[in-house]
Amino acid sequence: MVATALSVNNIHKSFGSVEVLKGVSFEAKSGDVISLIGSSGSGKSTLLRCINYLETPDEGEITVSGEVIRTVKGKDGKLVAADKRQLEHIRTRLGMVFQSFNLWSHKTILENIIEGPMHVLGMTRKDAVGEAEVLMEKVGITPKRDHYPNQLSGGQQQRAAIARALAMKPEVMLFDEPTSALDPELVNEVLLVIKKLAEEGRTMVMVTHEMSLARDISSEVIFLHKGLVEERGAPSQVMRDPKSARLRQFLQMA
Amino acid sequence: METISNVIGFLPALIKATPLTLLLTVVAGIFGLVIGTLVALARLSTRRLLSMPAYVFTFAFRGTPLLVQIYLVYYGLGQVLPGTWVRHSFLWPYLRDGLWYAIFALSLNQAAYNAEVIRGAIKAIPRGQIEAAKSIGMRSSLILRRITLPQALRSCLPVLTGDLIILLKTTSLASTITILELMGTARMLQRQSLLIFEPLIAAGIIYFTVVFILTRVMNVVEKRLTRYRTAKA
Repeated sequence: MVATALSVNNIHKSFGSVEVLKGVSFEAKSGDVISLIGSSGSGKSTLLRCINYLETPDEGEITVSGEVIRTVKGKDGKLVAADKRQLEHIRTRLGMVFQSFNLWSHKTILENIIEGPMHVLGMTRKDAVGEAEVLMEKVGITPKRDHYPNQLSGGQQQRAAIARALAMKPEVMLFDEPTSALDPELVNEVLLVIKKLAEEGRTMVMVTHEMSLARDISSEVIFLHKGLVEERGAPSQVMRDPKSARLRQFLQMA
Repeated sequence: METISNVIGFLPALIKATPLTLLLTVVAGIFGLVIGTLVALARLSTRRLLSMPAYVFTFAFRGTPLLVQIYLVYYGLGQVLPGTWVRHSFLWPYLRDGLWYAIFALSLNQAAYNAEVIRGAIKAIPRGQIEAAKSIGMRSSLILRRITLPQALRSCLPVLTGDLIILLKTTSLASTITILELMGTARMLQRQSLLIFEPLIAAGIIYFTVVFILTRVMNVVEKRLTRYRTAKA
């Protein structure tokens, strides 16, 4: 029996009067790679951002390795995180990679990577640098360690951002369209790193438009449509033989 | 010819007064930066109890002449304080000196201007960088200290430097409340020598030289601290 690393239960989210998520649930066992696909506006990015509470779900529950993010009902009936410290602690266990990299521009690549380990996890500089060097090697940015983000290509920045997330030794990695902001010729170097992580057996949830990536590395593909799960299953089944007409249409377009 | 030698003759006395000008600049500059940062943060707060007073503060100090503020502090507080416990406290000997009132007014004025600049710089930080900090579990005070402020202060450094140079020249207003800094000394020399232009010209030369040096120093500091934006691949 493989342990459940992440459980997403009945997530609802509205922005103003627009209901973006209408009750979505899924589970990731340790080592699973879950791909969230769907057209823009389907709610997939919002769902991913609800997992680490960058967006607070209005309703529903997020559980990381058995620990529920505690919430209380606010005045408007929507949830708010009950305990900031607990949320911050759970966030350290969820690594996130953003579409636009979001490296801290006033810090070098090495400083970006050791920031969390030193100031959140309380590691010594020496230990943090040692681990950062291993990670930089892994994602192939060692020569750029003392460069600033604006000196790097998009692909290099994204690989550095992956190293920064990994430095926290997260139990689950969240990828939010990690290759969408990249020039076509730079997509591949990032995909290779992501594939490597999947092969290592990392638990990952990713929002992606790269259908070949989803097909190759996912254990489950979830197709979202208008805030609901329209279809889900193993990539071999879902992507080759989609049951719903919408997914068939979406896959033809992609 | 005689004018030139007169000007040169005034220089030593004025150079002696320069440290006081620098003291006013540095102390009000530091207080202005610290208070200005706090006011900027207060203004950005979602709590009106913090943002409203900060707004009123900047509005009032930027909306009135510094000379008015200096007079109000010096003559106003100077009237009020002797009637209070302060008159008999250890602070009194210091508070009879105009210098403290000048530092007080200059600091608050500088803080009001800095606050607006810093507020803009904080707002200009890409949201994604803050989200990245949250996503690794940084608490908001840590994000402020490690990400927001270092970046905001660096990005508005050129403007802050400009304001510091303006402050240096503005300290001349302290001469109106009996402080013998550069300008005060120049005016004293005018009265003593009955020469009108020469002491002012000499003072001008010194102001100019100090500004020149300060600009150079700040250029180097700026280049250092903003390397992340200018570095080439």
